[in-house]
Formats: sequence, structure tokens, C-alpha cells
Amino acid sequence: MRTAPLSSPRSVGTAAVLGLTTATALSGCSTPAAAEVPGVTEDTVVIGTHQPLTGPAAAGFASISAATAAYFDYVNAEGGINGRQIEYVVKDDGYNPANTQTVVRELVQEDQVFAVVGGLGTPTHSSVLDYLDQNGVPDLFVASGSLTWDQPEEYPYTFGFNADYVTEGAALAQYALDTEPDAVVCVLGQDDDFGEGILAGVELGLGEGEVATHQVYSTADQDVTAQIGAMKEAGCTHNVLGTINGFTALAVGTAAQMDWFPRWHVSSSGADHPTLVEYLGDDVAPVLEGLVSVNYLPNSPSSEWYELFSAINDEYNDGAPYTGNTTYGMSVGYQFAEALAAAGPDPTRESLVAAVESGDLKGNGIAPLTYSADDHFAHRTVRIAVVTDGVQDFTDDAYEVTEAGAVPVEPAQVPLENEGIPLTE
Amino acid sequence: MRLLTRAALLTLLALGATFLLDPYRNYQLATATGTFVAVAGLTLLVGLTGQLSLGHAVLMAAGGYGYAWAATWVATAVEGTTLADGAGGWLLPLLAGVAGAVVVAGLLGLLLGLAAARLRGPYLAGLTLALVIALPAAASTIPGLNGEQGVRAPFVPVPDPLALLIATEQWHAWLAILVAACAVTPLVAVRAGRAGLRMRAVHDDETAARLAGVDPGRVKAGAFVLSALAAGLGGAVLAIVTQQVSPGAYGLGFSLLLVVAAVVGGLGSLGGAAIGAVLVTLLPWVVDQATAALPADLGHRLQGNLEIALFGVVVIVVTLLRPGGLARLLPAKARSATSLPAKFFPTQ
Repeated sequence: MRTAPLSSPRSVGTAAVLGLTTATALSGCSTPAAAEVPGVTEDTVVIGTHQPLTGPAAAGFASISAATAAYFDYVNAEGGINGRQIEYVVKDDGYNPANTQTVVRELVQEDQVFAVVGGLGTPTHSSVLDYLDQNGVPDLFVASGSLTWDQPEEYPYTFGFNADYVTEGAALAQYALDTEPDAVVCVLGQDDDFGEGILAGVELGLGEGEVATHQVYSTADQDVTAQIGAMKEAGCTHNVLGTINGFTALAVGTAAQMDWFPRWHVSSSGADHPTLVEYLGDDVAPVLEGLVSVNYLPNSPSSEWYELFSAINDEYNDGAPYTGNTTYGMSVGYQFAEALAAAGPDPTRESLVAAVESGDLKGNGIAPLTYSADDHFAHRTVRIAVVTDGVQDFTDDAYEVTEAGAVPVEPAQVPLENEGIPLTE
Repeated sequence: MRLLTRAALLTLLALGATFLLDPYRNYQLATATGTFVAVAGLTLLVGLTGQLSLGHAVLMAAGGYGYAWAATWVATAVEGTTLADGAGGWLLPLLAGVAGAVVVAGLLGLLLGLAAARLRGPYLAGLTLALVIALPAAASTIPGLNGEQGVRAPFVPVPDPLALLIATEQWHAWLAILVAACAVTPLVAVRAGRAGLRMRAVHDDETAARLAGVDPGRVKAGAFVLSALAAGLGGAVLAIVTQQVSPGAYGLGFSLLLVVAAVVGGLGSLGGAAIGAVLVTLLPWVVDQATAALPADLGHRLQGNLEIALFGVVVIVVTLLRPGGLARLLPAKARSATSLPAKFFPTQ
């Protein structure tokens, strides 16, 4: 019963017969057809992404896709990759999984994208993981560190971008122990893979059951007073946060209101200093002094990548304020351009994925990428960054995380080549 | 019998219509169908018994979670057994899921219905509104609901014999239409039968209804459960289509849109519910397309806000110009075919 009010059974019958006849005549509109490579023409490559441009996560992440777009504009102005201009379609999902499902279907079916690049968020992107897999769409460089993306058997086309959360958690906890052997470490995490991954990492670093208290929040929460209160009660000295930017600011701000100033060790997903300052306001911002975080991207004013990205940001992004999101967004763009260049002069979805799995991609991080056929994450090494005098910069401490835990290593920054335009063969 | 024939014909017509649509439109059709089922239940509840529920999104979510749990459980159970070969591999989880949706939404509906029988007007609206607002918190507190991320439902693949003919989206649109047919046909029967008459009697005057031997409490609770079942099946449809149930999909905005769909379509009219459901599914998409053409900055500011404003305008305009809802645009003769037999309304 779709449309109940129709006149009489007879006219309904006539309508039905008519409808079916037309339908049969026109059938095939929805029939699966083998086309040439979707999204790739002689001179363009269309790719898409889903980003929180509105909603609770917008303030923390909306600038990422703008930076990626600016980097692609830069590449396009230099002639593109293999003579093809990169068209980057950004869809807003408001950080709501229900919207993600709709906009990603639009990208794949309406816009016919070649690949989805840098889809942002764990709850959002998990909701389209199966859909992208069923449709054989390369799902590159998901902007989240959930271990979900590293299942090459089940999701052969999905690759994570971030350092996975377990890696970050382990490094943050290890750094706490290395700087303060008597640290009482606590964890505040988001109520999903993000928070759980950070917790698993911290437990890997400290040992099972060594976390003094573990608190959880949901992105729908209005405040985290109860959680911070419980952590203060538990006598935490070092708080590891698996929080997105907005909630990092909320946690640090709430603690300051309680006159409590513990050490904050924050995942790279929620530790972007300029963004946090924006949330807290300039007069509260000094509480961020000494904030420890990890990063795997060249987000340091002393890096040559940073210099290049700043120049691109000024020219192609209307000189938007340069933040960690800018480094992040441009790095995603660079990494895709590198993959596309490696996929050959006539890229297909298969050759693109093969290029990523080949292990030849270097990226632009503090250590070369580690993608392979059985590892769909690329950053197993992270470097510690600390806020000193209002500037967030790297220290010389870096950790490589394996199943055994976090081991200190020397950072090995990938050098800048060819003005940041990947070379084609 | 006439009802069943008509239901079967309309279902066939809808199934045939899916051939005219490309995959993305079929996805939209399936989504609209899921919404339609829920709105059909809601419009019956509001239109016939006068009980206003602002929380039907929660009942849809309940159906969705019920579907996801039951379908996943059965899918895991049959995996590796002989039952998983052939059609059983997807059919058994699907049927179990639909049954799960009915049970969970039905139980929640019963609970609310019992409360509804004792609450009047704004109090019931308030209670159901509170439920919607509590959903995200409930999702992160109740263990099985898995917070913001939500619960995954198994994918229902296109059966082999059809795989060459139709795409996944069209197949899901078929499933949506079939579930909708099973859900809405009984609603039509109830509306035209004795139960519908009792609901109208309770709505018009509870005391008079009681004097005539009708128990208003039971009628109201029954109507609420019925509309909860429809909402649950609507949630199941959305879970089949998107393979995911998360609280974000069933927020306050969506819940109010269901009411908008019922009002715009015309309270109590099932055809109106269909019009309303298509409207609330397509309008946000049209607005998105329109804002995409605007400069990025302005577009972002309008996105998500413009459609809400637009819905407000639509409701006001429709209420002013067509108080009976858009269903009244259809020819009068057509309307009478689905409303009550004339003998119930001798004076109208």
C-alpha cells in the first residue's frame, strides 16, 4: 500500500498494468553495468570526501578539507598528476553517521567518484565501510585512527591515515612514565573506538590494570564536569585524553575551573594548539602550557614541509589561520597525489590500491609510511610535541609502537622533494 | 478481499516503478518508504485518537536496534551451517530481524501506550519528547546500543537469480516496499473497521464513548502500540537499507519531521502520509543541491538550517491554504474510497 487514495480497484488495476508495461520497457535504468573507470577522464580525476562542516565537530575539523582543497589547487596549478586535474568534492555530514550514509552514496552514485579520500570520523566512517567495500570504491586515508580500517582481509580497499589510537595511547603513557616514574595515569576517552583504542594503548604502555581511573564521554554530552571531578578524586597526575578538539578544550577548561592543573597527554586527534586556543579564548589559553601530544606529521614551524604548506595556505586558502588541521589536510592531499602518481598513467581503482599496498609511498611524516598488503595503517612511529610559551613544537622524543609496547626511536623525517608535487614515472 | 487485491496491485506498481529509477533514487525511495511506514502509524495515532507523539523517532530506533540485534544473531547462528546456503543465508536473518523490530518496538510502544492512556494532550507530547532527547544518552549508557557509533545490521545481498537484473539499491527498495505493504495494509484495515470507529469515538468524546461501552484507556493504548509497530517496521526498513542504526539518525529534528510529514500530508490520511514522507526525504536533499550552488561560505551557513526554516514555512502555508493537508488535493471521490463507509457519517 504505497499510495492509498486511488479511486477504484479497476483504475488501480489499469494503472498498475500501464506502470508495469512502462517499467519493463524502461528496465535497465538501475541495472548494474560495467563502465570504464569511474571518476577518471583524460584530464580529470574526481574524488570525494565526507567532512563535518556543520555540527558539533565542525569547529574542530572543518578547516581540514579546506586545506586539502588548497593543496589540490596548488597541484592543479602546477599541471596536475599525469596531466589530470584533481577535482575534490567535499560533502558535509555534520559528524552524524546517518548523514554520512546519504552523502557517501551521493558521492559514489551521483558524482561517480574514483575514490573516497580522507573521510573523517570513526562513528561516521564505520557506517559506510561496508557500502564502499561492496561497491569496490577505494577508501583511502580515513581520517581516524580506529583499528577498524586495518582489516585487509575484509576491507581490502580501506586504508587508515592517522597513527592508530593504540599507538598514540601507548606512546603518551610511555612518555608519562619516562618523565615521571611515579605518575598516576588516568584516561578520559570518547565512547567509541577512539576512546577504547587510546585506553588499550595506555594499558599496553603501563601494563594491565595500572590505569587509575577510566572515564568516558559521548559527543552528545554538554559537559564533562562529572568525569573530570572523578579523575581529580582519583588523584591523577597525568591524564591521557582520547578526545576530539572540542572535548580536550572542555576537559582542560573544566579542570582549570576546579583549580586543578594535572599534566595533559592528548591524542593527535584532539591536541591542535591553535584550535584549542580558539575554543578556550586567549585569556584561558595559558592553561594549555605544557600540554603533551603526539604527532606523526611535520607539524613543526622548523619543518620545510610546514614552510611549503604555509605558502600554499596563503596563496590557495585565502590565508586562513595556519593550524595543525592545515598540516593534516595538506598531508592527506599530498599522500593521495603520491598514490595517484604511483598508480600509473592510466589509473584504475585496482592500480590505485596496489600502489598504496606496494609500500613505495613515502608520505611526508616523521617516519616513512608503512602501508603493505597486510598493514593498512602507515604511521607506527609518533613523535612527542609539547606546548612551550604558547608554541606547540616537537621534542626529540619519538616512539615506535609494536605489540610489545612503545620503544624510543630516532625520528626520521621524510625530506621534501620537487616542491611537494609527487613525481610521476 | 478487495483491500488485499488493491494492496497487492499497489505493491506491484511500486515494485515496477523502481525500474524507472537510478540506484541513488532507489536509495531515496527506500528511505522514503521507511519514513512512510512510520508516518502512516503516526498519522493514524494523531488523526484518529488525537494522541500527539513527538517521539516516534525513538520507536523507529527501537525497531532498528531490534532488527540489527536479531538479524545479526541469526546471521551468526546460521553461518557455516547448511541453512546459510542459498536464500536462507540472507532470508532467515532478514525475517528474524523484522520479527525483532516488531517485538522491541512493540514492547516499548506498549509501555508508552499504557502511559499514554493516562496522559492527555501536552503531557504525552512532553513524555515522548523527553524520550527523543534522552536517546543519545541512553545509547551510550545501555551496553548493547554501542553509543554514537551505533549497531551494525547484516547486509542483505541481491539474490543470485536477480543479481544480473537489478542493483543493490533497487533490491533494498523492493524489500522496503514489501515491508511497507505488510505494515500499512493492516493499518488501512484497522482504520476502516470497528477499531477505527472506536478510536474516533474516543477522540470525539471520551465520556460518550465510555457510555457506549468503549474503554478509552484500552483503545488509546491499543492505538499507540499499533503505531509503535509501524514505526518499528519503518526503523527496520532503514536498518536494512543502511545496515546501521545509530542515535544520530533518530534525533529530535527527525522526530519532528515525522510529525511535519503527518501534518502536511493530512492527519489521518495514509495517502497523505506517503506524500509527507516523500517530502521530508527529498526536501533536505533538494536544499543541499541548491546550497551547493551558492558560495561555499554562505552555503555552509545555510546548510542544515535552511531546510528547517523551509519545513516551517511549508507547514504554515499548508495549514493556512489546505487545513486538511496535501491529501485533500486528491479528488474527493478518491478520498472517500479509503475513508469510512458513508453510513458512519450520515450527516457529512
